[in-house]
Amino acid sequence: MFSVNTVIHQPGSFAKEQLDESFDYKWPEGGLQYIPDWIYTSPAIYQREIKRIFHGPAWNFVALEAEIPNPGDYKRSYVGPTPVVVARDTDGSVHVFENRCAHRGAEFCRSQRGNTKEFVCPYHQWSYDLKGNLQGVPFKRGLKGEGGGMPKDFKNEEHGLLKLNVATLHGVVFASFSRELEPLDQYLGPEILKDFEVVFKDRKLKILGYYRNELPGNWKLYHENLKDPYHATLLHSFLVTFGLMVAGSKNGMIADATGRHGTLASAKPDNVAAAVGAVKSEMRSYREDFKLADGRFLEYVREFDSPWSVTMQTIWPNLIVQRELNTLGIRHIVPNGPHSQIMLWTMFGYETDDEEMTRHRLRQGNLMGPSGFLGLEDNEAIKFVQEGLRRSPSEKGVVKLGGDRVGSTNSVIDEAAIRGMYAYYRKQMGL
Amino acid sequence: MYPGYDMAPPDPRETRELRMEIEEFHAEYCWTLDCGDVERWPEYFTEDAVYRITARENADAGLPVGLVYADSRAMIRDRAFALKHTQMYAPRTLQHLVTNVRVLQVKGDAIKAQSNYLLLQTLVDGPTTIQQSGRYYDTFVRVGGRLLLRERQCIYDTVLIANDLVLPV
Repeated sequence: MFSVNTVIHQPGSFAKEQLDESFDYKWPEGGLQYIPDWIYTSPAIYQREIKRIFHGPAWNFVALEAEIPNPGDYKRSYVGPTPVVVARDTDGSVHVFENRCAHRGAEFCRSQRGNTKEFVCPYHQWSYDLKGNLQGVPFKRGLKGEGGGMPKDFKNEEHGLLKLNVATLHGVVFASFSRELEPLDQYLGPEILKDFEVVFKDRKLKILGYYRNELPGNWKLYHENLKDPYHATLLHSFLVTFGLMVAGSKNGMIADATGRHGTLASAKPDNVAAAVGAVKSEMRSYREDFKLADGRFLEYVREFDSPWSVTMQTIWPNLIVQRELNTLGIRHIVPNGPHSQIMLWTMFGYETDDEEMTRHRLRQGNLMGPSGFLGLEDNEAIKFVQEGLRRSPSEKGVVKLGGDRVGSTNSVIDEAAIRGMYAYYRKQMGL
Repeated sequence: MYPGYDMAPPDPRETRELRMEIEEFHAEYCWTLDCGDVERWPEYFTEDAVYRITARENADAGLPVGLVYADSRAMIRDRAFALKHTQMYAPRTLQHLVTNVRVLQVKGDAIKAQSNYLLLQTLVDGPTTIQQSGRYYDTFVRVGGRLLLRERQCIYDTVLIANDLVLPV
């Protein structure tokens, strides 16, 4: 019983969920300052997103190389909602293929992670190598005297697993069903690459562990949340009270040239009390009386050559890179119908961390994840939004902060990055 | 199985009284959380307590991450304060059910035990759901005649968390 089903009404109970391709999907008047509710509720729009975005010309995150360091290592993963396997071959190369037997379609890889010499479908024992090539078909030539078996012209090489296009950058593995898209570094663009490299370039990651949760909200709401610095300074009492991100301090919302990616960046002010004091009257979640009993939790070890103490990167369409002080991780978004997404979190540090640094990261991990002081508030807020969108007869949301501006801004009281993302989205979706 | 708790346990008949005492501890602990008095939750721990909630996937792989990770009672207290006073979440009621208590070891002042737990959650507009199914691996010490937790590892099977886990187990 997951949270999406805990809403009183089952999916399909509301008019906004019944829209099909014959509905006139016309973006409301007012350019990008309004977002129609049907992009979050319509099954037809969701299907179009899978086809044009997740299965279209986009690099989807699938794995960190640190998860599969050795030949034969593999993990189950997803491109959009589609299950795939990420495997490292004996020659060290990384391959991504559908987790679907080429014979009758069984999802053959059942373990989250492991090490193997080959993949064998449990149903009829067709076997595949680590590149996804078909190796063996039992009784391929039938039985002596009884016939059967594959036709003479059956070629193994024509019946391998469906292989995806793969690209790796600084230990992060991406895949695509499309063969026609720009190289990964160009796809990210220089604005995004810069902070991506702060986390990953020339770093050996040490995996600290995983969280998984089902978030009962449309997948785009998660991108919006991290292209929305306005909420960060209002909703989250920890950011506000302890000065981790304060309106009026040095902040940035950085977008790439297309508008699809973003980096929400913030520099912790040197004088937290002064920074918070200047704006606290606007922030209801500020708590004067909240003093930490254990202050180690929010200490910031300056380990990066970057002006930012926080960078939250949204990499279109399915990756979040989190650098919040010293807690590091990625979030892999798996869309799960219009009203739901699965979120796969991988938390990590670096191979060079000593025991105390690892413990510091683990302590600071309390900020994020499905029980994190920031993470749980985001999950609650996104759930509330999806319920409001589904269940009301009203038709659109308002994104007017900053007017018509799109893309990067220095102000946190702005929704320009959300508008920029939707300018790109509308082009991809033909809306 | 959890490292440090995988010893052969003593004959349960010899630890019957202790098991009852641990069951009483669980009942009080659960009542404190279920009646919404989360600020009293830290009182069940020693000053140097370790408290972690993590998926079985992490425990089995020896990965140290915690959904909640505290290595002092002060950290537990900070979480309790935040949950009571500053965190934004929808109202909910909880029932913690703890069963199958096994005393694993009595050594010096430390008592090791395991138990199964189930956390049921009810939101204001939905059915009661199983929020988490898991196992406690506990180390108790006796302070002033009372059992306190020096370590509580909450290892859950419910791999896909329903949105979030707000209140502790």
